[in-house]
Amino acid sequence: MVRVILPAHLRTLAAVDRQVELEITAPVTQRTILDALEAKYPMLRGAIRDHVTQQRRPLVRFFACEKDVSHDSPDAALPDEIASGKEGFYIIGAIAGG
Amino acid sequence: MSEVRVLVGTRKGAFILTSDGKRERWTVAGPHFAGWEIYHLKGSPVNPDRLYASQSSSWFGQQIRRSDDGGKTWQPVDNKFVYDGMPGTHQWYDGTAHPWEFKRVWHLEPSLTKAEAVYAGVEDAAMFHSTDGGQNWAELSGLRSHGTGPNWQPGAGGMCLHTILIDPTNPERIFIAISAAGAFRTTDGGKTWQPINRGLHSLYIPNPTAEVGHCVHRIALHRSKPDTLFMQKHWDVMRSDDGGDNWHEISGNLPTDFGFVIDVHAHEPQTVYVVPIKSDSEHFPIDGKLSVYRSRTGGNEWEPLTNGLPQENCYVNVLRDAMAIDTLDQCGVYFGTTGGQVYASADAGDSWKPIVRDLPAVLSVEVQTMA
Repeated sequence: MVRVILPAHLRTLAAVDRQVELEITAPVTQRTILDALEAKYPMLRGAIRDHVTQQRRPLVRFFACEKDVSHDSPDAALPDEIASGKEGFYIIGAIAGG
Repeated sequence: MSEVRVLVGTRKGAFILTSDGKRERWTVAGPHFAGWEIYHLKGSPVNPDRLYASQSSSWFGQQIRRSDDGGKTWQPVDNKFVYDGMPGTHQWYDGTAHPWEFKRVWHLEPSLTKAEAVYAGVEDAAMFHSTDGGQNWAELSGLRSHGTGPNWQPGAGGMCLHTILIDPTNPERIFIAISAAGAFRTTDGGKTWQPINRGLHSLYIPNPTAEVGHCVHRIALHRSKPDTLFMQKHWDVMRSDDGGDNWHEISGNLPTDFGFVIDVHAHEPQTVYVVPIKSDSEHFPIDGKLSVYRSRTGGNEWEPLTNGLPQENCYVNVLRDAMAIDTLDQCGVYFGTTGGQVYASADAGDSWKPIVRDLPAVLSVEVQTMA
């Protein structure tokens, strides 16, 4: 079970708690996590990545095992700790603006 | 007993203010969508409990929310605004070609006749339409592709389609305005469009009388005279009496003809309101005195309305979508400021009072009058 930790605004948007759990068949990548997340919570479509290009929105970052993986390929395998649920996959709004 | 509902969009959420027809005591509900920018929310004239809200953030993009109970509860609807075909380019600030990129919805205009139909004006400028209550959006791409699109340029606030006026006598005729491209009109429900900027004179663009490129801030009309349009341009207050074919200036004795809002009295088609702002570099009232100006002659002759408005140390702005008019017999006028106040007049502008203050910066104000 993959654990995804959402920023505050996306929690209220999806009406969920801080963390959501997703069942994902390997490989566990940014893309498969976001596909599963958007399938379960359609209101998050367009809020994390572009509807059409599927590119990460500029002020959204992804962290796995305390490492910023935002610029990694969306199809790169994430660490086993993420796939097993030992560590959470963090979606973070960049600290910018007011 | 009549009820009035004022819908306020702010930098950090939406607020809904309600009062009975006396408009003396107000109840404030909100913030809805706390922390999000609410550029606009508006109700359907066909079903007043059907509201649409544009919710956006630089971080998490665009959401559209719909309420079917007058704003008590909200549901997400479709937020996919995809340009039709190859988006093409418009001019960037430096004159270079720049690809069209969707940024946000500035304005939602429900149909005057169909509860499920609604238009959206977006940045980068384009018009979208939904016929199923916001569940699906499709671009009315004839606007961007009619020919002048590559020459459009963003204003300081972005290249936004911010005004949508539907002719009450002919739903196929729609007027829109884009900053900084100008005003446009369709007479076939949005399939084809033409620029309607003849008579505008803008000294800040290379050709002051160009077909497009004018920074139109807002246009307004009275439902009984849809051929008469009033415009607050970047500078200049303008009027057209032929549905936008020709414009002439009506700034008259205004202390400054820069501003953002313009609106028309509910029952007097020649009574017009503006809020003069000092200049394009100083976005606040002259000498710190907040004043609405009213013309009862369709322009040129303006009177200041200051009773109840701050007359010292007031340095707020009033943004383009932040004025609205109710339709009670004694017409009410409302406007919101970047300082978070919403001022209301229950006597057509003769006197004012804040009906809420200290909200986040106000982006838009709409009012619904319910029997």
